Amino acid sequence: MPEKRISIHATRYDPEHDKEPRLQTYDIPFSDESMVVLDALNYIKSHVDGSLSYRWSCRMGICGSCGMMVNGTPKLTCSAFLRDYWPRAVVVQPLNNFPLIRDLVIDMDDFMHKLKSIKPWIIRKQEIPLGAGEHRQTSDQIDEFRQFSECINCMLCYAACPVYGLNNEFLGPAATALARRYNLDSRDEGLKQRLPVLAESEGVWECSFVGECSVVCPKGVDPAKAIQQTKLDTTMRFVLPYGNRE
Amino acid sequence: MDFESYDVLVVGGGLAGLRAAIAAVEANPRVKVGLVSKVYPMRSHTVSAEGGAAAVMRPEDSYQTHAFDTIKGSDYLADQDVVEAFVREAPLEIIQMEHWGCPWSRDPDGKISVRPFGGMTTWRTCFAADKSGFHMLHTVFQTSLKYPQITRHDEAFVTKLLIEDSRCVGVVALDIRTGRFDAITAKTTILATGGLGRVYAFSTNGNICTGDGMALAYRAGVGLKDMEMVQFHPTGLPFTGILITEAVRGEGGYLLNNGGERFLKRYVPNKMELGPRDIISRAMITEFEEGRGFEGPHGKYMHLDVRHLGEAVIDRKLPFMRELGREFVGIDIVKDPIPVRPVQHYMMGGVDADISGETPILGLYAAGECANVGLNGGNRLGSNSLSECLVFGAAAGRAAAHYASSAKPVTANPVDAMLWDEAHRVETEYLEKKSGNERIAVIREEMQKEMDDGAGVFRTREGLSKLVRNLGGLRERFEKVKIEDSSRTFNTEILAALELDFMLEVSSAVAFSALAREESRGAHARRDFPERDDAKFLKHTLAFHTKTLAPRLEYRDVTITNFKPQARTY
Repeated sequence: MPEKRISIHATRYDPEHDKEPRLQTYDIPFSDESMVVLDALNYIKSHVDGSLSYRWSCRMGICGSCGMMVNGTPKLTCSAFLRDYWPRAVVVQPLNNFPLIRDLVIDMDDFMHKLKSIKPWIIRKQEIPLGAGEHRQTSDQIDEFRQFSECINCMLCYAACPVYGLNNEFLGPAATALARRYNLDSRDEGLKQRLPVLAESEGVWECSFVGECSVVCPKGVDPAKAIQQTKLDTTMRFVLPYGNRE
Repeated sequence: MDFESYDVLVVGGGLAGLRAAIAAVEANPRVKVGLVSKVYPMRSHTVSAEGGAAAVMRPEDSYQTHAFDTIKGSDYLADQDVVEAFVREAPLEIIQMEHWGCPWSRDPDGKISVRPFGGMTTWRTCFAADKSGFHMLHTVFQTSLKYPQITRHDEAFVTKLLIEDSRCVGVVALDIRTGRFDAITAKTTILATGGLGRVYAFSTNGNICTGDGMALAYRAGVGLKDMEMVQFHPTGLPFTGILITEAVRGEGGYLLNNGGERFLKRYVPNKMELGPRDIISRAMITEFEEGRGFEGPHGKYMHLDVRHLGEAVIDRKLPFMRELGREFVGIDIVKDPIPVRPVQHYMMGGVDADISGETPILGLYAAGECANVGLNGGNRLGSNSLSECLVFGAAAGRAAAHYASSAKPVTANPVDAMLWDEAHRVETEYLEKKSGNERIAVIREEMQKEMDDGAGVFRTREGLSKLVRNLGGLRERFEKVKIEDSSRTFNTEILAALELDFMLEVSSAVAFSALAREESRGAHARRDFPERDDAKFLKHTLAFHTKTLAPRLEYRDVTITNFKPQARTY
């Protein structure tokens, strides 16, 4: 039987030599049904073209490094199986909506700044000493924020977001979801400090209910919900005093 | 020439490194801390830890028991004073993580839950479902963002430690995005670079686990301690090596051979699935050899069965395992057994460091998996490593901040020269060399196969001698390595070459240390020396770098306080 093969079209771009990104085609063996797109890239880098650049690490869908556009859809390449594309070719491109550094490597500095801006840490008026033990928290209280804490910062939601694509001043799905994660945590009293950042974020009001971000999230986070809830929070802020949840 | 200068420079942005950075600032708010990592910190391999973090959290538990479990688990190669200090600190660190927002799973009364784990005599493993490492890493990373004293250098790869008059004064780092070499100087430097799993072909470890910090310290003259002690986790998925957490067995899962038999009754009858990892991995290989494993397209395997736990328990306590089964194996663990086999997972050995993380080089510290502070000895108990990152990361951060407050500043003059030398070395050895004909990946894959074959679950003199010879051959071929990528921008091929250089270095330390330890202890199982030999080897191995591939080996007595070595049965 002839060896099964698959074509990978991968974006190549070296700012030192290229004006524009271009696609380069690699025809590689599809030797195992368990192969994912990341395995194909690794095969290329190892055996065909050592200069192909991309990020990856855990190859188990948790480190968040290997997000790319796969046939036009944002995916974790470690979890995108070649068998789902074969015999079609697979087009692998850098995540949409980000500046390109090299080949499949995007510049995510913008997100790192946005993450910090929402103060993603527990804020309390008074910290309790370690000797006092843990805050009590029920499973129900954890369920309030749990899904938003599952964000792996993979950037697929930003690549899918039509609003961020037009206006990168928009705080965007993951950062809003993480702000929500802390605002909903029974241990946190930082809502008042985070609200101005959320309220001033351009684009919240352009966000539709379509929720492309939630569709592409590989971890079941629903950033669209966080954004809609944030609209409510920031409106309420001007209408109602905010009770005991500062 | 300008260079960044810090009081404390942390190399590595995983749990130990981030904990160290925060501890340094909290110990002295005036210290300037730098944190350099070859990936964004939240990509660090801590993220893949699943089961949980061990600490004495319940009145029925005791420090004494946690210490004894750890020491017995280590096959008496742990330093007992270190273990005793560790068990006292661990609960405080768990609480600290809780105060920082870690979403620990809770009991009905709202307290942090604990679960059983291998080799632990009582329930003491705190967990955040089965993504404990992920949640701990993101919690500590996000918390680190609130400290203006911490400056990050993301995606910078450290190629060399700056040593001046026997003192570590920082690092040379390659900025991956620009290809620029920088001297990042510091009064103190903390290595927290994680493990070396990628020297093996079949490993749970991510692509970034290449033993960088170990190799950096080794080349700077620090001994690597107990490098023969490599942990093989009993339950990895065939083909990918993805970790299936020990918590699966902690929650009541069964390990079954091809006869549907809970075969561990022949090996660890009193502990069964909750025996220690070294013994269970050996039991599985023995069963395979005796024909009682399943045969699959990716080799032999056993079944890990959680079907009897029911969907509700699985979804509450092991949701990520169900997700991994669906995504990567195409099974639903509620209805199907999970195929598993032993897989390289963790390095007990590492940079020789003491209870405060201090190494023999002034100003140089180490913590987490890259360090060997004497906690894990011959075999680490599951869930002790996340706690280790917290306890010893914090200890190293505090010690470094303290020393930095009185240390004299780093001077520019020798640093400039050292930076130029190091940049020149990498340029000529890699970037500008056009004559090579060896592929990085080919050498790497051969090294990984040699390590799997020669330094796996069972070892022999013959196998280790062959490994040592073949690593020598690979080192020679590495000199002729070819770099196809001539760009300075995000050149991951240069990175792969530098990492392979480090991996060949630490592999040799593993192989030679293993060859010299002529006994079986913990994870180091010699078929030709099947017994533990306390008379000769109740000692740490220390491997020192030499001009040849072979390290100079020294031995140091293990610290014994309250627990006399006994036979290790479960």
